[in-house]
Amino acid sequence: MKNWWWKIAAIALVLYSITMGFMGNVPHLNILNETIRNLYFHVPLWFAMLVQMGISWFFALRYLNGYNIKYDMLSSRAAYVGGMFALPGLITGSIWATYTWGKPWVAEDPKLQGVMAAMLVYFVYYLLRALIPDAQTKARISAVYNIFAFIMTFVFIMIYPRLAPSSLHPGNGGNPAFGKYDMDNDMRMVFYPACLGWILMSVWLLNVLNRMKKLQYNLDNDEKIN
Amino acid sequence: MNTSNIIALLRKEFLLEFRQKTSLASILLYVLSIVFISFLSFKNGIKPDVWGALFWIVLFFAAINAASKSFFTESKARGIYNYTLYHPTEFVVAKIIYNILLLWVVSICSVFCFSWLINYPVQDSLLFLFTLLIGSTALAGALTLMSCIASKTGNSYSVMSLLSMPVCIPVMLMSLRLTRNAIDGLEWSVSYNFLGGLFLIDVIIITLSLFLFRYLWKE
Repeated sequence: MKNWWWKIAAIALVLYSITMGFMGNVPHLNILNETIRNLYFHVPLWFAMLVQMGISWFFALRYLNGYNIKYDMLSSRAAYVGGMFALPGLITGSIWATYTWGKPWVAEDPKLQGVMAAMLVYFVYYLLRALIPDAQTKARISAVYNIFAFIMTFVFIMIYPRLAPSSLHPGNGGNPAFGKYDMDNDMRMVFYPACLGWILMSVWLLNVLNRMKKLQYNLDNDEKIN
Repeated sequence: MNTSNIIALLRKEFLLEFRQKTSLASILLYVLSIVFISFLSFKNGIKPDVWGALFWIVLFFAAINAASKSFFTESKARGIYNYTLYHPTEFVVAKIIYNILLLWVVSICSVFCFSWLINYPVQDSLLFLFTLLIGSTALAGALTLMSCIASKTGNSYSVMSLLSMPVCIPVMLMSLRLTRNAIDGLEWSVSYNFLGGLFLIDVIIITLSLFLFRYLWKE
């Protein structure tokens, strides 16, 4: 019971953000109009993805410091969860772009390029894991790739858009500054709970996947981990 | 870390290169044939901006070819012998220096191939030279690590190019933009922040490779 409260909070927050996302008041801005409601879904999904990828990176570092297979499980599961959140993030973004920018994929936008690079990195990461049969080698090699790729992606997302001219995203130059979103207080009341809710959801998913993986491992191996 | 060990390792790499001249020759032949194919495929001549893109794509794959040799040729027995003699940092420093020099040679040769078979639209050659040197340094650092990772997976070359593509995207984009500036002969002040960014990426990549290599090295 004592570990339930945050799961209940996750459900409540996500349900609240979905309900209020469709029912609440939004300012009617040029071009954006009602599509601004997508802010409650698109942005929190990306935040959840970034959090998961950060978790994945952190546990890859933890793994290399002592080679404890437990951390590799967490790291790889977090990468999978990140991928799972990236896909709806990309789809909601494409839907939004269709109605505001005129087409689903604007290849010139540095943010979209960054996202594509990040997704490629993680697909290659899954592939790399699938290619190496031995569990310890797989964990070690993929942890190294994870650390390297995460930092390169980070460089790409954080540095390149600042050098490249104009992004279509708000906060020009790819700077995701909150203050520049055209949000009023009504929207903030939905947006922040939505972010928190989706991040909690992703952590919950990670928790479940990790427990599954652990059970699998304990079934297959004589030495148990907990 | 011992400088004389690094020099010894570098000397070994260069000796190997000069004894089996096929390796450098094969890379140059690869560049030459790709440039020739692209010359044949573009019927109405290659426009300057297409030239830049084509150049970096050719150079990227030539670099993968060149850098993939750095770990695939190491046999397991020699690897074990190396563990007894060197520290991993010495080993990777030597590999990276060697790959940087190799890629500099390859990139300069590609420029000659391009200007011989296609054309040379670059107006600001000095900026282009800087871009080439800094860009291929970043490629060398990233590809050395990737080649080591790929050599652990068994099926080497295709994995190598798959692994390196996403991590090299920032390097490629920055170099491309600088190349475009050099082709158009823009003022240097336009390019300063990109040169700085690319140099920063160089530093990040090489530091990461030095840090991460020790975890890859031993079986």
